[in-house]
This record gives sequence, C-alpha cells and structure tokens, in this order.
Amino acid sequence: MSSEALELGDDALIAAQRLAEWCASAPELEEDLALANIALDQLGAARLFLSYAGEADGRTEDDLAYLRDDREFRNCLLAELPNGDFAVTMAKLLFLAAAQKLRYDALAAGPDARLAAIAAKTRKETAYHLDHAARWVVRLGDGTAESHRRMQDAVDALWPYTHELGERAAWLALVEPVLAEATLDRPADGWAPAGGRDGVHTEHLSYLLAEMQVVHRAHPGARW
Amino acid sequence: MSGWPLWEVFVRPRRGLAHGHVGSLHAPDAEMALRNARDVYTRRQEGVSIWVVSAAAITASSPDEKDAFFDPAADKVYRHPTFYDVPEGAKHL
Repeated sequence: MSSEALELGDDALIAAQRLAEWCASAPELEEDLALANIALDQLGAARLFLSYAGEADGRTEDDLAYLRDDREFRNCLLAELPNGDFAVTMAKLLFLAAAQKLRYDALAAGPDARLAAIAAKTRKETAYHLDHAARWVVRLGDGTAESHRRMQDAVDALWPYTHELGERAAWLALVEPVLAEATLDRPADGWAPAGGRDGVHTEHLSYLLAEMQVVHRAHPGARW
Repeated sequence: MSGWPLWEVFVRPRRGLAHGHVGSLHAPDAEMALRNARDVYTRRQEGVSIWVVSAAAITASSPDEKDAFFDPAADKVYRHPTFYDVPEGAKHL
C-alpha cells in the first residue's frame, strides 16, 4: 500500500471531519459556507487518496475510513486536534494547508502518474484553503487586542505539532510571512510531539473515530 | 443580522459576454466579498469573472420617478434611430 497516499488521505479525512463540526456554528453565514466548502474539498481529496491506497489489497475508501482503529490511522497529530475557537481552527488550517500544498506540489511533478493526477486536482483546492486561512490569521492577528491575543494563543498552542509536517524550511517559508503580516510572534521551536505517521496518536483521535465510525460498526456490511 | 457591510455581486459566466447581477452577500471587505461570492455564486468554476461592489456605492433610480425618467422617450419617434432613412453607402450604422 502506498504509505504516501494513506498519510495524505488520512490527513484530509480527519481535517474534513473536524471542519464539518463547524457546520452552522461559524461566526458568520459566509464563513459557515467557506468552512463547509473546505471540508468538502478535504473529503474529496481523502476519497481519492484512500481509494488509491486501498487498491493494492482490495480495500475500499469506506473500509479504510470506517474499519481501522486509531493505531492504524496515519494522519498527522495536528489534523486531529480539537477545533477550539475560530483562531485555533484558522491556525490549524494555515499550518495544515501549507504542508498539504508542499506535498501536493511535489506529487504533481512526481513519478507516480496516479498520485500526480490526484495532486494536480487537490493542489488547486489547497491553494484556496491556504489563502483563506492566511487572510483570517492576518485579520485576527492584526485586528483587535482580543483577537490578537487569541490568535497568538492559537499559534503558540499548535506550533509544537507542526514539526511533524516535514519539509520544515519550505513550510516555514510559507507560514512565517503570514505570521509577520499578522503581527504575531513566531514561536520558538522546542517540544516536538510526533507519532501520527506511526499510528501513535493523541487521545483526541479515538473519540473522533468513535463518532465517525459508529453507524458502520453497528451495521457492518450495510450499504448506503 | 450580520454586522458586516452588504456587497452586490456581478458574475460573468465562462462564455458570457457581460457581468450580470446575481445577488448580494455580507463580507468585512472587498477581498473577502470576492471569495465569498466565489463560494456562493460560482462554485469556484474556473474562467468566470466576478465583480463585487459595496451596496452603499450604488445609486439607483427612484421608482417614484419612473414615469418622468423613462416615458418621454417612448412617444418621440425621432429619438429612435429607426425614424431616419439610412443614407446609401453608410455601411457601419
């Protein structure tokens, strides 16, 4: 099984699940639409990557999404962290979308024709996600004293989890200018939790999966 | 309900010739309005053009003045180019 397809599929699937939790709870109607749009993009990417990842051993996208437990998921820890307030969600989206963009760009030019075709589609969507998140991080960081404080708190809290995303230098080149424009301090590197790629997750993932998989597990083999 | 200002949205379809008014939305600034309009009115279809304009920047003709505004032209045939004979040799009229 392509570990790359599985990692990217799991990142997108878990991100979609978190974003979907915002449905009807966003600060404004327009933002509700935008978050749902991004969640749909992420789910679409997840379906393509997971379908491809499962082909080798005859598993479908649904098998992979609903019949694996947390030790078998390969998403980065960042994606599974709770939504928190709007600032946390936008910081998470900025950090994840920047990493996704780098990996999709590389894949689109890579040797695996199937992965390249999927990445060619998803990178366009990711560019939009990155733009959306960056605008909000700047708006909140350079907004009021309260929004600045919350945005800085969000960036500080999530920063350790960004070390797992890989391609550090290129990733920093995308993220640091946004933080600077947002008048936010770039946190110091220190504690760097990892393990998502090996199936060693935070306690948040199993709760997320319990909710996501409950119907499928209650009615195994059902069609819908 | 929304604290954000109102924007009017005009979209030119991919093979369309002109921008048409498609609706309105609330957004904090023009850039956000553009992005929201893309989500709401175009589904990010490539090749379309979007205009957003602050509703406050639009001046509309008043319904009360409709008669005075639009009627006089209708009954004066000499206001319409069809009244005149096209001179011979005028090709691009």
